[in-house]
Amino acid sequence: MRVLSSGSEALLIELDDLDQVLALYAALREERPAGVIDIVPAARTVLLVIDPAATDLAEVGRAVRQMRPRPNRRAAGELVEVPVTYDGEDLNEVGSLLGCDADEVVRRHTGEEWTVAFCGFAPGFGYLAGASGGWDVPRRSSPRTTVPAGSVALAGEFSGIYPRASPGGWQLIGRTELVVFDLQRDPPALLRPGTPVRFVEVGRT
Amino acid sequence: MTAAAASLTVVETGPLTTIQDAGRFGQRALGIGRSGACDRGAYELANRLVGNDEGAAVLEVTFGGLMLCADADITLVTTGARCAGMPHNVPLTLAAGDQLALGPPVTGVRTYVAVRGGIDVPQVLGSRSTDLLAGLGPDVLGAGDRLPIGKSTRPMPGVDLAAVPDPAPGELVVSVQPGPRRDWFTDQSWASLLKQGYTVNAQSNRVGLRLDGEPLERANTGELSSEGMVRGALQIPMSGTPVLFLADHPVTGGYPVIGYVVDHDVDRCGQLRTGQTLRFTTPGYTGPLLGRTPAR
Repeated sequence: MRVLSSGSEALLIELDDLDQVLALYAALREERPAGVIDIVPAARTVLLVIDPAATDLAEVGRAVRQMRPRPNRRAAGELVEVPVTYDGEDLNEVGSLLGCDADEVVRRHTGEEWTVAFCGFAPGFGYLAGASGGWDVPRRSSPRTTVPAGSVALAGEFSGIYPRASPGGWQLIGRTELVVFDLQRDPPALLRPGTPVRFVEVGRT
Repeated sequence: MTAAAASLTVVETGPLTTIQDAGRFGQRALGIGRSGACDRGAYELANRLVGNDEGAAVLEVTFGGLMLCADADITLVTTGARCAGMPHNVPLTLAAGDQLALGPPVTGVRTYVAVRGGIDVPQVLGSRSTDLLAGLGPDVLGAGDRLPIGKSTRPMPGVDLAAVPDPAPGELVVSVQPGPRRDWFTDQSWASLLKQGYTVNAQSNRVGLRLDGEPLERANTGELSSEGMVRGALQIPMSGTPVLFLADHPVTGGYPVIGYVVDHDVDRCGQLRTGQTLRFTTPGYTGPLLGRTPAR
């Protein structure tokens, strides 16, 4: 674990892999150090934002070093099932990147146990990590200027669902009608860190 | 009319006027950033001068041009970038039917207009701030919008004029401390960051200042996994020239952060215009983990 300062009001905790991130994040959620107002888990890091009136970076750094991470606590919360029509423009391309055909991509994507590792990019965008760890899909070399809302996509070790239309460089494999971010819902984000997710095929066209 | 809540009507908005408050807290893990006023000091001053509760919503006017009509008697104040031809940092009252027109700012970019009682539009996820990157919060203001005004329970502060300096024209020097990815850059790059004067690019906005200058060289050319970012980050994308993150910065970013502008200097960066020069210095930097941050 490396503890790095990110300005005067945040610490960036660097870890070896996503499992360590999730284990530390689970511990931080259960025992949040006093004065920490925001926690941002990511692929290899956890960012802790503090209220400088309530604590300081040294104190929070000490508290984090003394924490006992909670390994094997990836999943927290109810399973979200995502119905997907697998007709994405990049489905065949992803197949050739993974050395298989489109059917096999769908079989592996629906067979995988996904967990929301962290959020970012846009409100409600969850980075889903697969339990098998066998995903490694490069981003598109040139991002699309518009990716439609509900697009189901892959990039790096993650899968994701675009909450609203936006530019994006992920490989598109399908689409879902499931609304993953809705301000009328409490909480608005369906995919929160720790949420287990399973994709279910509902069609190809 | 007597029972109706006070309101004001937007006649013209200028290039960009948004509603802003202190921002959204505790939701970054859901991909929802803080947002809020770009110049927090000017925002807080505006609310204090009209006796508003902390966190009341105000108007953030970019490059002046806002014209308002009071629908009832109201008290308001402008802070931040001073607009030509009107009192600034001084509370004033408008009678029902009176108009207020902001000319272009003399220096700086962002003028804050606080109305006593606060702009009382509905909150979105705990805040009335418009986050332009995330597309959250109230819509950008348009001509004809009618904005409800709340009630303040606090007395007026009894201050006629707050003596605060206007945003500076010309060159601005701010303090920077090494960021979490300082070691992804060569020592020459760090020296270059501190030596050169950067020019504010026209592509700058509430998300960040884009700075033109000598590109910085990386010691580590690997790909960084996206990681959490906060306001004041100097992120170095592939171009090698910094982006300084302001209020609507993304929650996570995938380019290395070479340094952080100290928090109280970020407000001043948020008032920089295209073409102004920004320099970085490191006075008083004593290491990342040395005790309590001094009060400012």
